[in-house]
Amino acid sequence: MLNFFLRRLGGAIPTLFIIIAISFFMIRLAPGGPFARERQVPPEVLAALNRQYHLDEPLWQQFLRYIGDLLQGDFGPSFKYKDFRVTDLILQGFPTSLQLGLLAISLALIIGLSLGIWAALRQNTIVDYTTMGVSMLGIAVPNFVVAPVLTLIFGLMLGWLPVGGWGHPANYVLPVIALCLSQIASIARLMRASMIEVLRSNYVRTAHAKGLPERIVLRRHAIRAALLPVVSFLGPAIANIITGSVVIEQIFSIPGIGRYFVQASLNRDYTMVMGVTVFYGALIIFCNLLADLAYGLLDPKVRYD
Amino acid sequence: MAAVLEVTGLKTSFATQEGAVKAVGGVDFSINKGETLGVVGESGSGKSQIFMSIMGLLARNGSATGSVKFQGEEILGLDVQALNRVRGAKMAMIFQDPMTSLNPYLSVRRQMTEVLIQHKGLSEDQAAKQSAEMLEKVQIPEAKRRLNMYPHEFSGGMRQRVMIAMALLCGPELLIADEPTTALDVTVQAQILEVLVGLQRDFGMAIALITHDLGVIARMADRVMVMYAGNIVEKGSVRDLFKDPQHPYTQGLLESMPRLDETEETRLMTIGGQPPNLQNLPSGCSFRDRCRYAFERCPVETPLLTPFAEGRSKACHLPSL
Repeated sequence: MLNFFLRRLGGAIPTLFIIIAISFFMIRLAPGGPFARERQVPPEVLAALNRQYHLDEPLWQQFLRYIGDLLQGDFGPSFKYKDFRVTDLILQGFPTSLQLGLLAISLALIIGLSLGIWAALRQNTIVDYTTMGVSMLGIAVPNFVVAPVLTLIFGLMLGWLPVGGWGHPANYVLPVIALCLSQIASIARLMRASMIEVLRSNYVRTAHAKGLPERIVLRRHAIRAALLPVVSFLGPAIANIITGSVVIEQIFSIPGIGRYFVQASLNRDYTMVMGVTVFYGALIIFCNLLADLAYGLLDPKVRYD
Repeated sequence: MAAVLEVTGLKTSFATQEGAVKAVGGVDFSINKGETLGVVGESGSGKSQIFMSIMGLLARNGSATGSVKFQGEEILGLDVQALNRVRGAKMAMIFQDPMTSLNPYLSVRRQMTEVLIQHKGLSEDQAAKQSAEMLEKVQIPEAKRRLNMYPHEFSGGMRQRVMIAMALLCGPELLIADEPTTALDVTVQAQILEVLVGLQRDFGMAIALITHDLGVIARMADRVMVMYAGNIVEKGSVRDLFKDPQHPYTQGLLESMPRLDETEETRLMTIGGQPPNLQNLPSGCSFRDRCRYAFERCPVETPLLTPFAEGRSKACHLPSL
């Protein structure tokens, strides 16, 4: 198990390197630069700035320097937030983003799984059709549409909830809902399909033949087995929540990492964009690893060797 | 002799978009204490669905009517809770495919002990001890160690032994074995049958053995009932039925068994044609289209299962073959 864990971590290094390389060169391909202004900056000033941030060096040298710093855990200085290291900004915003993400994924799991199981048990009834119809909508509508609509209805028209900010529990409601709605929908559909298949399986028939009460058949035999596809979906789902939170944090002015990312991209804050990309990349790889480990706990056929 | 199971007028049908499929068309039979009843028929003859109805395991679109008395008590149409006191405890069932009939995500220990905990109220430890003893009785080597393993660590034959052990945990009066050896290779088949015979001797339970393998019937059964298109066409002791089949379908089945004492030139007999569509049964006798003896009466009048000799009955208009 430990061996598997270490091997997977080792396997993540090339993936991370490719993420770093691609985003490093792509952000520099984008027109403009961190110090481009509408007002003409004197060439001497620009040259001095470029020298200070080593932007006058050849690209490959900048890349090597960046990798070197990264190996020491340093994401470099932010080009926009003067006197701040990117590492500090990320660590400062991460707790907020983590809170938002965890709330969203937990809610998505609780509601998604319950709806999926319910629909499967009432297959081809109005419950099933309604749940699946609504969840189709949930998957189809992107969160950057859901968020403003929710804000409009519950924030402005009804005035029940704040439209932005962070800190008070009421602030959490709209962003968490906007973030997890499509995940609820995906998980519900996945769980329903998986559950229907398992309920038809021979081993559930065996469980009934053994005279076990319905709740044991469901809990121990059916739901447990039906969870497996959902667990493998958790990796991508977490990735979706994380990338989704970039948009959601911006819309609701939540002081997490996501908001930095959007502003940094617009400002061509190279180090900040890189920092958030690499951090999120590593986080997604790590969450996928956790999902794989959870899968192994549920399925005895999985061996870590 | 006292009957463990008494079935009268059992009908099973499945609702489909194209209309009702009559899987079982009204059957009467009984199984006595300690005896083995062989149930023979080809795929779709309704032989399995009879026992799925009895066990309350029909698919959601299926429904059964009639009467099923287990040890004198009506069990057809019982609610699940009441039925659960019988199935798994006094009446157990094993299935055709041991590869998929055990839950792949739970240890054999969990799957066995839950039966004893449910029906006998044993503690986990007591249940584990009895489960290991039962695995020994079905001749699984190193039963104590094997108990903690998962189904995928067992071969097909071993899994079927686990299924049998699981079914017998509570000492049932009736074991329903639905094609227990069909998915296994021939040598393993023989071993499993041997295990069943030995356990029946020890436990004295009745067995309903559902199969399309007449060889298995000849070896195991005391009495046989032959199913065709959802109905019983012939019933009798295994000796009478094999020596002197009196229904053209039974005769056809026996003739289409390969024999070792025949010369190589002899062609294997077959029954021509196909079984009828259960949604749209023909008038009269459902076997008439494939019957070499069919005459004017057959399409007009449905033959009923009628006794014609001591302990024997058939559903055929012909007085004798």
